Order: sequence, then structure tokens, then C-alpha cells
Amino acid sequence: MARAQTRTDTQSPADALSDPAVLTELRRDMLRFAQMQLRDAALAEDAVQEAIEAALINAARHEGRAALKTWIFSILRNKIIDILRRGARTVSLSSIGDDDSTEDEKIDALFRENGHWTKQSRPTQWTAPDDALGNKQFWAVFEACLDRLPENIARVFMMREMLGFETSEICTQLEITTNNCHVILYRARAGLRSCLEGNWFQAGDCRTC
Amino acid sequence: MLTCKEATRLSSEALDRELNLRERLSLRMHILMCTGCTNFEEQMRHLRKITRRYASGEASSGDDDRDHR
Repeated sequence: MARAQTRTDTQSPADALSDPAVLTELRRDMLRFAQMQLRDAALAEDAVQEAIEAALINAARHEGRAALKTWIFSILRNKIIDILRRGARTVSLSSIGDDDSTEDEKIDALFRENGHWTKQSRPTQWTAPDDALGNKQFWAVFEACLDRLPENIARVFMMREMLGFETSEICTQLEITTNNCHVILYRARAGLRSCLEGNWFQAGDCRTC
Repeated sequence: MLTCKEATRLSSEALDRELNLRERLSLRMHILMCTGCTNFEEQMRHLRKITRRYASGEASSGDDDRDHR
């Protein structure tokens, strides 16, 4: 990983993309991301393939060499958005009711009967949250927290925050009410927030060692 | 006066739609007096930043790699 990263830093995008080691690693990360968003192996494969082809065609014109991965990921996100918009993936949130009660309970458990924080759940200040962004272990925690969310909630959250869909478009596509959309996003954020706080931002002294 | 539960819900919704004046004022009032909700609101912004960074593909090639190679 580290070696491939070094090479992408010094090569032109076209060279980097023709380097099998770089490409393999890039593809792996892209597939993982696409699979997460589309939840369909064949569609994820298509999105990644199309993104790599588009990148190869445009590589000569791309100048920010160090940001190769960021650039390719922005192409990939657009491909994923296209696929979701085309409705190739028939999304159904029919089972959303199953998630509702447990997620409601989780949020209710954070507050006392009068609607104020319980002592244990009151959010504490995160120290140096930006430092986490450069830490690989942090991203493993982030993924684990994301994984813990019920699938439907995670899907709405990712459409909103990773793919940048407007809430109104999400509601229309998934055939849910605006209010439901806001509730789902609230649950996702509250869930991720406490998970990150519990497992990273206050997980004890040894989090960076 | 908002409860913390209502205030957190508004902090989240503020990321998805423009709050009306009344909502904004009551949220501000609440946050002035509540450290828990102040932290929550701030963390909503961090969470958005974290998630966008993740989606930009930078997650698995963080500085950690560069530091240890």
C-alpha cells in the first residue's frame, strides 16, 4: 500500500494507471466503496470499470498528480449516482419499519424522560478531530460504526453524505416522506456520533499508540 | 424551550434544510445553555467532514502510510 502510494505521487496519472500494482490496489478500494453504495456486485463492478475507463481517457488532461485517487473517486461517485438515478438498482425501503423501533429505542435511551441528556450519554468535546482523518485505524473504526447501522438507515445516510444527493431527491427515489427522511438521517448521525465517540474520540489514552 | 432531544434533531436537520427563524433562534438559545448539545452540533459538522473525506477515497491512504513507509 505505502509503496503504491509513493509511486502514484511521482508518476503521471496515465503511468500510474498502467502500473498493475497501483491499479490493483485502486480497483480494490473502488470496488469496496461501490459495493457499499450499490449493494450489488455486478453493478459495482460496472461502475468501477466505467470509472477507470473514463479516467484512462482523461488521464492526459488531469494535472493534480498526487490527487489521483481523489480524482478517480470523484468519477466513481458520479458513475454510482448515475446508476442509482437510472434506477438500475431497484431500491426499496419496505423493511424500514423493522429498523424503526430499535433505532428509536437507541435514541430514546440517550435522553431522560424530560428529553435532556442522561449523564452517560451527554456528548463530550472531541479532542483534535482533524487528526483522526490521517489515521488508518480511525477509518477502520469509522467503517465498523457505519456497518453497525441498520442497512436502510446507512443507505439513506450514504446517499446524502457520501454521494451528495439532496434530501428531496432521496425522498422521491426511495418513496419516503420528507419527515421520514429527516428522521432516518438523524438516527444515522446520532448513531455514528455515539459510536465514534465511544470507540475513538474517548476510547482511552492509548488510541494513538 | 427545546429539550436536548429536540435540539439534536434540529442540529441534524440543519444539515439537510434551512431552518426557519423560529427554529434557528430556539436552537441557538438552547445551545447557549447546554454543553452537551453544543458538542453534538459541532460533532455533526465533524461527522459530515469525516464522511466526505471517506467518500473521496482518502480513507485508506491516510498520512499514516506516508509516515511509516
